Amino acid sequence: MIAFKGHRAIKDEQDERRLFVNRAWVGFVCIFLCILALLGRYVWLQVVAFDNFSTRSENNRVAVRPVVPNRGVIYDRRGRVIADNQPAYRLEVVPEKVPGNLPGLEALFDELASFIDLSEDDRKAFHKSRRNYRSFDSIPLKFKLSESEVARFAVNRHRFHGVDVVPYLSRHYPYGELLTHVLGYTGRLDEDDIASVDAGNYRGTRTIGKIGIEKFQEKELHGISGFERVETNVRGRVLNVLERQDAIPGMDLVLSIDVAVQRAAWDALGDRPGSVVAIDPTDGSVIALVSKPAYDPNAFVGGISQKAYREILNAPGRPLFNRALNGSYEPGSTFKPFVGLAGLEMGLVTAETRVFSNGKFYIKGYDRPYRDWKDGGHGWVTIHSALEQSVNTYFYQLALDLGIDRLHDYLAQFGFGSVTGIDIPGEGKGLLPSRAWKRAVHEEPWYAGETVISGIGQGFNIVTPLQLANAVTALVNGGTRYSPRLLYAAKPAGAEKAKRIKAPVAMQVPVRDPQDWQTILEGMDLVVNGARGTARRVAIDARYRTGGKTGTAQVYQLAAEGEDEPGEVPEHLRDHAWFIAFAPVDAPRIALAVVVEHGGGGSTAAAPVARLTLDAWLDQEIDRETLP
Amino acid sequence: MRRLLPAWVGAPRLDPVLLLLLLLIIVFGLVVLYSASGRDMAVVNRQAIRIGFGLVVMLVISQVPPRVLRAWTPWLYGIGVAMLLATLVLGVGRSTQRWLDLGILRFQPSELMKLAVPMMVAWYLHPRVLPPDWKSTAVIFGILLVPTLLIYRQPDLGTALLVAASGVFTLYLAGLRWRVLFGFAGLAAAAAPALWLVMKEYQRNRVRTFLNPEADPLGHGWNIIQSKIAVGSGGLTGKGWLNGTQSNLEFIPERHTDFILAVLSEEFGLIGVMVLMLAYILVIGRGLYIASVARDTGSRLLAGALSLTLFVYVLVNGGMVSGVLPVVGVPLPLISYGGTSAVTLLAAFGIMMSIYGHRKFIR
Repeated sequence: MIAFKGHRAIKDEQDERRLFVNRAWVGFVCIFLCILALLGRYVWLQVVAFDNFSTRSENNRVAVRPVVPNRGVIYDRRGRVIADNQPAYRLEVVPEKVPGNLPGLEALFDELASFIDLSEDDRKAFHKSRRNYRSFDSIPLKFKLSESEVARFAVNRHRFHGVDVVPYLSRHYPYGELLTHVLGYTGRLDEDDIASVDAGNYRGTRTIGKIGIEKFQEKELHGISGFERVETNVRGRVLNVLERQDAIPGMDLVLSIDVAVQRAAWDALGDRPGSVVAIDPTDGSVIALVSKPAYDPNAFVGGISQKAYREILNAPGRPLFNRALNGSYEPGSTFKPFVGLAGLEMGLVTAETRVFSNGKFYIKGYDRPYRDWKDGGHGWVTIHSALEQSVNTYFYQLALDLGIDRLHDYLAQFGFGSVTGIDIPGEGKGLLPSRAWKRAVHEEPWYAGETVISGIGQGFNIVTPLQLANAVTALVNGGTRYSPRLLYAAKPAGAEKAKRIKAPVAMQVPVRDPQDWQTILEGMDLVVNGARGTARRVAIDARYRTGGKTGTAQVYQLAAEGEDEPGEVPEHLRDHAWFIAFAPVDAPRIALAVVVEHGGGGSTAAAPVARLTLDAWLDQEIDRETLP
Repeated sequence: MRRLLPAWVGAPRLDPVLLLLLLLIIVFGLVVLYSASGRDMAVVNRQAIRIGFGLVVMLVISQVPPRVLRAWTPWLYGIGVAMLLATLVLGVGRSTQRWLDLGILRFQPSELMKLAVPMMVAWYLHPRVLPPDWKSTAVIFGILLVPTLLIYRQPDLGTALLVAASGVFTLYLAGLRWRVLFGFAGLAAAAAPALWLVMKEYQRNRVRTFLNPEADPLGHGWNIIQSKIAVGSGGLTGKGWLNGTQSNLEFIPERHTDFILAVLSEEFGLIGVMVLMLAYILVIGRGLYIASVARDTGSRLLAGALSLTLFVYVLVNGGMVSGVLPVVGVPLPLISYGGTSAVTLLAAFGIMMSIYGHRKFIR
């Protein structure tokens, strides 16, 4: 070839080939280095960072799902089921699967609302609980769907991504309001609850005991969560169960409550607000614990709406208030047996000591009268007749002789002024005044007149029905004061039979002379069985012999002036009626305290309630060993 | 009888070394595909049929002398560009306009350009004095920019890159001066921000994701993260064939197409990856050897450019799966599921075998 444009234009085959081979080698070396660098990346991923990626791959593959234990069933003393679990459906939403964040969720709820009754409260509760879950968790939106809701949703399920109906066991209380103040209820697990439990054990649990036995025995009732290691694909569908650790179901519990007795007391109270607490003095187990009015705990189980809650909160008689545990009442004359015992045991009086009642009692040097309930007084009385007729003068004098501090110290042994230690939360401790207490709280000295009225359970004294019943227990069983127990027996998962659980003894009240105690019980026997007993009408035709004491807790401070005339006072200012009792007298198997708010006199309003309660317990064939 | 056929039809002209390497990769690929498809034999069969078809194409092309191929080149290029234009107007496909429905089979014209562009550049340079002068360089840029931009408009960034790379590699092998090459490289780097401006939103997202996949682990970053987990959890020796959990449980996206290397890495480990990479390096080396013994300038440039382009596939796909390069739709050659890519590649190897079969015998 001849070049016309200089030697550059000559196509030199050798030259071009050399140039190519040169370029090809450079290229190949570059490629080799690049691929080597790429392999370096694979070495890093597959060798250096292997552990990390291996773990992440395993986490991808395997999901650990909690296996929720079945909550323990609760029975009463006779084996009646009082709290169980029933199959139900709840609606759950996985927020992550719902596009559009918060507005997306709200839009979804709006759409769901056409199939399911979805309240503003359900939505609020959902958003509140979202904080406790991860976005890919399934969060309950509504509990206890009705059958028609389940059906309507099932037909439209395809329209709702990330929403599902989940079967579960819902807590159910067959006796409704009758046992609310004992059992409490379970409700939606919230942030505060999670802080108080082992969060790991509650990963799959959606509800928790809120008050009552359900709260106090939460740990036993809940059981221990199991888990399931499952292999899931990218859409979360379970392909394979790799490992399963079954949950350990919660313990079945037997309460010492006897539903028949509870029911009798409940019915006996009628429409009056009040409380009955009955304890077996032989073992400290609680036979009945009634606070009226109450409310249906089943309404709280699936989460209660604000409106329904407010209705219960503001209902007449305050049904949410547990009177048995927290009611603050003056003990009134029900204090007299204890004051009398203090006098006998401290040797200030004997069974023969006589006191003259003329209707008015004066502290020496003062002209203010402290009255007997009977105009003109009761004449000469001993401790027996003073209890039988509830003679104030006797106890005015005795209290004055004892002095407030000795009285306080003696009565404190029966648990007045402190919690009984019952196994449900929220108990009040009442008030047992002393000189030191008054100085500390009121910054005032103690006056003699305050000692006088303390002798008949007035003034600063405050007791709860539970406290009083428990004090009666100790009084009639020779001084053994228990921490009363509602839990009677427990059956752990897999156990053949429930194991009996005994109430611990809080204190043994020292007995100086058993005859002193006997004397007080004789006085209480006369209250019911004596010719002049204040509650002599109550035991007519009873198959057992009852001892008791009536009392009046002042609401309106007229009585201190002696102008107490119940009939003329409007109902809400009328006094609360007390009755404490035990039976049978020779070997007590039940001790109780009844308070009927604004009931007026103890013998007319409270004693009949006690009678029906005692009948329910003592008239039935007792077989204590029938544990479920 | 013989007279009726063109004179160049004779005994098969195949390179046994290249053929063996290719068959090795293909068989490995089908084995991995069986696992990646979730043990779907129908998928494997379909791919085997396509590859069989590709091998036939390779065999046929290998019999066609380079000069005949060269004679067809301008037509091929012209038809390719025309089809690209047609795709823009009539294309079918999900969101992009890559496919052209030809009745019996759907065809990606952009695949054709992976061959047509280097062929066209080689055709243009064949009679000219090398290294190319400014005028030739400008013409070549024209040849490769037209299809590149058309493919980019589809939009298919991966294929556009491969097409452009094949053209640039031809220029490089033709001996374009280093300073000119580096000049263009510098210019391209400077133009990168401008590229950002013309990129589509989904392409920008891919780049963002590539830069920081953990920022959106369940959205755009998901693919990269899951792919890296698959690769990393494979370790040195892998979890074993059919035992890849990331793959079987469908955590790897596009696991039988663009991300099949993640499945391979998970099940066969670093050793599997190294074997595959070695096979590719040998193929590229063999290709460059074939180029070096080619009969003429055009064949030499073409065989060299096709070999180097294969490297781009491997590097881009390997980098994407391991999270060092952004996700662009580049398949793993001969292993990813997909017909057109495999057929195009095998056609390219057919060209190389033709060049080898018609090589210059020296010594």
